[in-house]
Amino acid sequence: MELKDKLVSSFLAFDEQYQVDDDVQQIRNQAIKDFETLGFPSRKEEAWKYTSLKSALKHDYSIFPKKEDAIEYTQIKKYLNHDIDTYDLVFIDGIYSSHLSNTTHDKIDVCLMSSALNKDKFKPVIDNYFNKLAPKNGLNALNTAFTKEGAYIHIHKNIMADKPIQIINFSTGNESSLLLQPRNLIVVDENSHVQIIEKHQSLTDHPVLTNSVTEIFADRRAIVDYYKIQNDKETSSLIDNTFIEQKDESNCSVHTFSFGGNLTRNNLNFYQKGERIDSTLKGVTIIEGKQHVDHNTLVHHIYPNCESHQDYKGIFSDKSVGVFNGKVVVEKEAQKTNAYQSNNNILVDDKATINSKPQLEIFADDVRCSHGCTIGQLDEDALFYLQSRGIPRKEARGLLMYAFANNVLESVKIPEIKKRINNLIAEKLGIELGFNL
Amino acid sequence: MLKIKNLHASIEGKEILKGIDLEINPGEVHAIMGPNGSGKSTLSSVIAGREEYEMTDGEIIFENEDLAELDPEERAHKGVFLSFQYPVEIPGVSVTNFMKTAINAHRKANGLEDMPANEMLKLIREKSELLEIDRKFLSRSLNEGFSGGEKKRNEIFQMAMLEPKLSILDETDSGLDIDALKIVSNGVNKLRTENNAVLVITHYQRLLNYIVPDVVHVLIDGKIVKTGGKELAYELEERGYDWIKQEKAV
Ligand SMILES: Nc1ncnc2c1ncn2[C@@H]1O[C@H](COP(=O)(O)OP(=O)(O)OP(=O)(O)O)[C@@H](O)[C@H]1O
Ligand SMILES: [Mg+2]
Repeated sequence: MELKDKLVSSFLAFDEQYQVDDDVQQIRNQAIKDFETLGFPSRKEEAWKYTSLKSALKHDYSIFPKKEDAIEYTQIKKYLNHDIDTYDLVFIDGIYSSHLSNTTHDKIDVCLMSSALNKDKFKPVIDNYFNKLAPKNGLNALNTAFTKEGAYIHIHKNIMADKPIQIINFSTGNESSLLLQPRNLIVVDENSHVQIIEKHQSLTDHPVLTNSVTEIFADRRAIVDYYKIQNDKETSSLIDNTFIEQKDESNCSVHTFSFGGNLTRNNLNFYQKGERIDSTLKGVTIIEGKQHVDHNTLVHHIYPNCESHQDYKGIFSDKSVGVFNGKVVVEKEAQKTNAYQSNNNILVDDKATINSKPQLEIFADDVRCSHGCTIGQLDEDALFYLQSRGIPRKEARGLLMYAFANNVLESVKIPEIKKRINNLIAEKLGIELGFNL
Repeated sequence: MLKIKNLHASIEGKEILKGIDLEINPGEVHAIMGPNGSGKSTLSSVIAGREEYEMTDGEIIFENEDLAELDPEERAHKGVFLSFQYPVEIPGVSVTNFMKTAINAHRKANGLEDMPANEMLKLIREKSELLEIDRKFLSRSLNEGFSGGEKKRNEIFQMAMLEPKLSILDETDSGLDIDALKIVSNGVNKLRTENNAVLVITHYQRLLNYIVPDVVHVLIDGKIVKTGGKELAYELEERGYDWIKQEKAV
């Protein structure tokens, strides 16, 4: 049976098993109908021209994972950030793991989507925000229909979250192949500040497909810094759908570090619903083998005096494939918009490919928009220069690639994350850094 | 120290160096002068090991070892240093980090451990003072946005850090203002010993007032056509190259 049919026919059983509030149930019911009509995206769609989900959809994924696997702390220790104190939301095969998590309701809510969907206390927030941002398409509909678990984060007005929040999704290989659909809701009220780190980690070589949806609402003057670390095994595929709505003077940034996985698709949309908003979208992709990473971004400038900064860097070895599709829409009212976009790539091997396509749709006249895309090899002059100073060619190559990717890290605000990513980059490039940044 | 015999080199099938002979002994300073496009930078690149140039004939012996088979980094480890006519900008790598990497690469090649951090800092401080380089400068990305003169001064700073046996200075004077020229030349002179040697490439006699050559060579169209003492530089400054070309034609 095709995955789509299997999902549709499993929905009734799912719906019975995971009860939710009536309103949410209605949303789920509608969503499964939408999914039935829309299905998975195909390469015929413009936005999916360079990325085929075929290989990721061919497995017979189990939709109902078995009970929580008793995973030992020692097994996953290395995937957690020990050097920073964080709130943690840990999910194992899609099921919340209370003994590995660290939640709170003290001034901020860092808890589970499943409880938020059922408890009266959270109903106003759910009614206001849940599924209000994700546009209607097959993948979002599928995730919405199967909504049961994920992170629920609410930072109340005038609060600065005292430590970063980490969302980690582990998969154990209990199932021969597993489909995960985390659903996250993050609401940051006026004048509040939060930092979030999100990771997906497979502990097995069994295929895993994750179709996650994250909706983020940043109210006036809110600051949200979001770090996505995509360094999973080559048997795992990830479709990340993240949608951000910003109000006046809010400042949101998403950094996406894609170093692993089989197929990774990032759908990242920013909607600016106010003035003097700042949006930052940055990414570093370093892949090899047959890996495929696709960044599909949208920044929608709707009101005047806003900014957006996009900076994506990619280093592609072997037969890996990169896609960058960055769309910027500046509405007629959005005068004095500053929108910058740059996508720079290094193809290490002849067989590696990058498809880079900026799309600017500008309807306002008084704006500053720039976009630039480069695709190149390493600069031979620079290599010779480094070699002539005694740095061996291999290291010189590593150093140049490192330097190329590294400036994206400048805007990372959590020093420990910066260091960690820095080390990951060095490790990926096979260089030993003789210095610390 | 350096013995070049009948060196022929070409790029993209075009012969640039057409039989060069050059011998430099420890403690000596040689200068090469010659018109634009005569092959001066090509010669320095070939000595430093740039792969784009194909050595079609002849040999380069450095300290009794044939350099032809060695990578640029191996030549550097043996003590060859090239101060580039056009230093390359390396965004994202600070001068300090670059220098640390280079020093430790040399040490590794010589079977030594990494230089301890405090020793490294001391060395950097000492050499940057020698060349009157501001500390702030050292944390900037290598050559990125440096002025022409700053780039050249930075090249000599690297030379001072690495203490090579043979330093090839390719038009290090171009871009330097009068004061900087003195500082940089003074730096080069302070680094001179009886065991190392300098090959200066320049268009102007002025530099040779500061870095005084033992021998001056004239390179025209890929060949050394005349060799003399430091007075030859004055003569060239005065008369240009035509008389030599004519002399040669006769
Ligand atoms: N990559 C290349 N491809 C083709 N020709 C080259 C290349 N590099 C150098 N040449 C040619 O080789 C010749 C010698 O160049 P070179 O840079 O060695 O001259 P030079 O003596 O250093 O000149 P200048 O005084 O202007 O620095 C020139 O005619 C130059 O155009
Ligand atoms: Mg030259």
